[in-house]
Amino acid sequence: MKSLRWLGLAALVAVVGGAAQAQTVKIGEVVPFSGANADLGHQMDLAYDLYIKLHAKDIEPYKVEVIKRDEGPPTGAQAKTTATELITNDKVQMLIGFSFSPSAIALAPVVTQAKVPMVISNAGTAWITNLSPYIVRLSFSMWHPAFPMGDYAYSKVGCKTAAMAYTDFPPGKDSTEAFKTGFEKAGGKIVDSIPMGSPVQVPDFTPFFQKIKDEKPDCMYVFIPSGAHATGVMKAYGELGMRKAGVKLIGPMDLVPDNKLQDMGDAAIGTIVMGHYAVDLDNAANKEFNKQWHAAYGADSYPDFMSAAAWDTMHAIFDTIKKLKGDLSDGQKVVDAMKGWTADGPRGHVMIDPATRDIVEDEHALEVYRKADGKLGEKVLGTTKAVKDQCKELKIGRCGS
Amino acid sequence: MQPERAAARERAAQYLIRRHSYHWGEALPWLIAIACFFIFPDRMTFGSQVLIAVMFALSLDLILGYAGIVTLGHAAFFGIGAYTVGLGAAKFGWHEPISGLFAAAMASAFIGFVSGWFLLRYRGLTLLMLTLATAIMLQETGNLRSDLSGGYDGLPGLEFKPLFGVFDYDLYGHTNFLYVLVTLAVVFYVARRIVYSPFGQALTGIRENVRRMHAIGSPVHRRLVTVYTIAAGIAGIAGALFTQTNAYVTLTVFDFDNSAKVMIMLILGGTGRLYGAFIGAAVYMIMEDYFSKMSPTFWQFGIGLMLVLAVLFAHRGLLGVITDAARRLQRSRKP
Amino acid sequence: MPHYANIAVSILFDGLAYAMFLFIVSVGLSVTMGLMGFVNLAHGAFAMAGGYLVVSFTRHLGLIPSLILAALVVGAVSVVFERGLYRRLYKATDLDQVMLTIGLAFMAIATATYFYGPIPKSVPLPDWLQGDVNLGFRSFPSYRAFLIVVGAVLIAVLWYAFERTNIGAKIRAAVDNRRMAESVGINVDLLFTLTFAVGSALAALGGGLAIQLFGLSPSFAVLYLVLFLIVVSVGGLGSLKGTLLAALVLGIFDTAGKYLFADAGGFFVYAVTVAVLLVKPAGFYGREQ
Repeated sequence: MKSLRWLGLAALVAVVGGAAQAQTVKIGEVVPFSGANADLGHQMDLAYDLYIKLHAKDIEPYKVEVIKRDEGPPTGAQAKTTATELITNDKVQMLIGFSFSPSAIALAPVVTQAKVPMVISNAGTAWITNLSPYIVRLSFSMWHPAFPMGDYAYSKVGCKTAAMAYTDFPPGKDSTEAFKTGFEKAGGKIVDSIPMGSPVQVPDFTPFFQKIKDEKPDCMYVFIPSGAHATGVMKAYGELGMRKAGVKLIGPMDLVPDNKLQDMGDAAIGTIVMGHYAVDLDNAANKEFNKQWHAAYGADSYPDFMSAAAWDTMHAIFDTIKKLKGDLSDGQKVVDAMKGWTADGPRGHVMIDPATRDIVEDEHALEVYRKADGKLGEKVLGTTKAVKDQCKELKIGRCGS
Repeated sequence: MQPERAAARERAAQYLIRRHSYHWGEALPWLIAIACFFIFPDRMTFGSQVLIAVMFALSLDLILGYAGIVTLGHAAFFGIGAYTVGLGAAKFGWHEPISGLFAAAMASAFIGFVSGWFLLRYRGLTLLMLTLATAIMLQETGNLRSDLSGGYDGLPGLEFKPLFGVFDYDLYGHTNFLYVLVTLAVVFYVARRIVYSPFGQALTGIRENVRRMHAIGSPVHRRLVTVYTIAAGIAGIAGALFTQTNAYVTLTVFDFDNSAKVMIMLILGGTGRLYGAFIGAAVYMIMEDYFSKMSPTFWQFGIGLMLVLAVLFAHRGLLGVITDAARRLQRSRKP
Repeated sequence: MPHYANIAVSILFDGLAYAMFLFIVSVGLSVTMGLMGFVNLAHGAFAMAGGYLVVSFTRHLGLIPSLILAALVVGAVSVVFERGLYRRLYKATDLDQVMLTIGLAFMAIATATYFYGPIPKSVPLPDWLQGDVNLGFRSFPSYRAFLIVVGAVLIAVLWYAFERTNIGAKIRAAVDNRRMAESVGINVDLLFTLTFAVGSALAALGGGLAIQLFGLSPSFAVLYLVLFLIVVSVGGLGSLKGTLLAALVLGIFDTAGKYLFADAGGFFVYAVTVAVLLVKPAGFYGREQ
């Protein structure tokens, strides 16, 4: 048919034209820009922009063009359509972002078929990296902070018994399973595991915490989605006087997100979290990162672990561009170039594990305290170096496939 | 007396025959869909989702537009269809797509029949809350058994055999688009036949004046349950297509958001006209796609404003606006 | 305290606080819907607006004055909506009213996102509302105790207004039979404007009080709307008693469910709703139509 011939011609022109554009690397950024989770996308977006602005000179004569699209709600469907079109329409050479695991999961078959690398800056379900050889993750898996926390809680914090409370969706289940594996391995005993409702609404945490308070465990491990839930948890914990009652609050760093820490008040003091990032982390790269962040975005804006992961993502991409001399047209070559990438970023020393394409990073035990200037901060109590995703290491459940 | 009566009857019959026969304008939406296939070959993934939304809105039009049942839980049937196919592919090794559609239709029609039988005795706010609660409870049950449903991470990497063993799925979604389009045509034909049958007339009667219908001995409840079952089946097919085209399904298919969205699409397009579903769903999805690229936060404001304006001024939806304009044009042409 | 009694007290207390929040926001919706038959799904948006106003006001004023001021402002603004917009749709179908008010809710959410951003907000609490209050046999979180007290006071005030004043009698009459009330000379239009304003002001107050419980983000307008609708439909439209009873039943059942059967999630609230509505379609104290 005539129309098909025109299409073929148009495609040919596009390809030839595209080849001439090898100096510009096209990247599709898919993060949530709307709805209840817009602040998550915002944190990543700001980091990407900042890195590109500060380091554009490093990759000259090559350039990076970022096309931004809304990831939408955590259903995966919108992300899939949007990202597929980034590949087929906008002809991006790489996809980055992905706040939600369902988005990455939905896209796995697409990126495999299209041979386009997908570099994840947030989505934390452990077995995502197994779904496609084109997936690289710079952020974390739920097991990264949770498994070491289990060990640390028993051996260093002195919790012999622990109760777990989590928002009832896959990341919550993953995180508590990881904590439980680590905690029981170290010798601890889990006394209760309480699902706390859906991630969409912030529930009234009081009935759940009241139940735990009555059970009197040494520690309470709480997993909630980063955001409004965290503040609710801290408020309920404070109101019920649980610290006075002898129940310590522990969890992954989602529990005390940097941009909400100041609102949490005295209730947060003494909370111990395991995380790969906090604004107070004492390393040169982080100090520089924070300085640039405040310079660009003001004194009231704070980066968080998602920003740090996004920052490292762009760093890895820039290094890859330099390595491949601006030619990112072969997806397999890009992924291979990223394997084994290592750098000192705001999170400390990070590396992409060549075997799993997942991140290897340090996990720090952090305690919330009030600094001399009156603000709340986190100090490092101890660090577990070069943590790998234990789910895949120990081949637990879906990670083993 | 006799000849006048006969003449009146003849006129009434002619009116109905004219209304129910195929109008040339009806070919338009189908031609546009096929044209899009050639004009926008890169947007076929999106195109499939638009057609699925049209089918979903169509199923709602049967109960909302024709029978006057206002429900906030229609996503339940979409979800049941979606999960029938999803579970079939993930747990029972059922990868054949077309038989999957049938299974999905049967499953959601069955649930539609059972729930409709109980719930359609109620009206107004009561029915609204009952349908909403049913959909949410289905979702919660799915989360309870997330070992089966995959919870909010869902069932990924679903595989489907090529259509008829021949047509495989490509990255650009061409096969999927045609598959959904043909299914939509079949479903639409069925819906049109229903609506322009005596059964369909009875539904309109129920919508307009239910007391009268009871008074003339029409089996109201049975009619309502029947149309609810059929609509549930169609919504189930839409859900099944959703899972098949995305190769992925999560519990969010049951979200209240879905029920609300499909209602908005139908209102915007115009209820009770079948084609309102086409216009409403297409316009909504396209605008959402366009505006959320420009400014996602203002998309919400825009759609809210449109709803308000639609209710105040364009009471019969976009389709109403178009047919009113066409009629005015015709009238201005006549001497 | 013996263990089971302790649990029971916890559930009752937390459930009561939650129920007070539900009541304060929902009572306006119930009376509005019962009086004028107007389905106002923007009610959650009024609650959200109240919340955001409190967030702004507490930068300069204390919490209590902010709550009162926010309620007054929203009540006054709601009159503009009622006179200018809602009035046109009293005779319209349920569906039209649903769509119009949902549209308004969306616009409200977008506006809130524009001015306040998507990041959830909280408010500073005065010292006496932080921590807990010791009643001898056990201590309770101060803020929730405060919520219960505020709720109780409002219930008393509303009950008095409803049952013992002229206006209350007129409202009850108009809910029972609007035409009859009009024919005996009651100005139903004015009555509705008044009730709508008071209901919206209460919603705003509830929204402000809820910030400490749930945090405040723009989606508040629709996220909790389902809960308010449940309270209103289970309680019966236009009934103060009904709304209170429904709020108590749902609040306590939900809390008990979370405490005792956390695995079942929000199931309880919806199961109770379905159970009540199947048996009493008009709710506890509603009128069959």
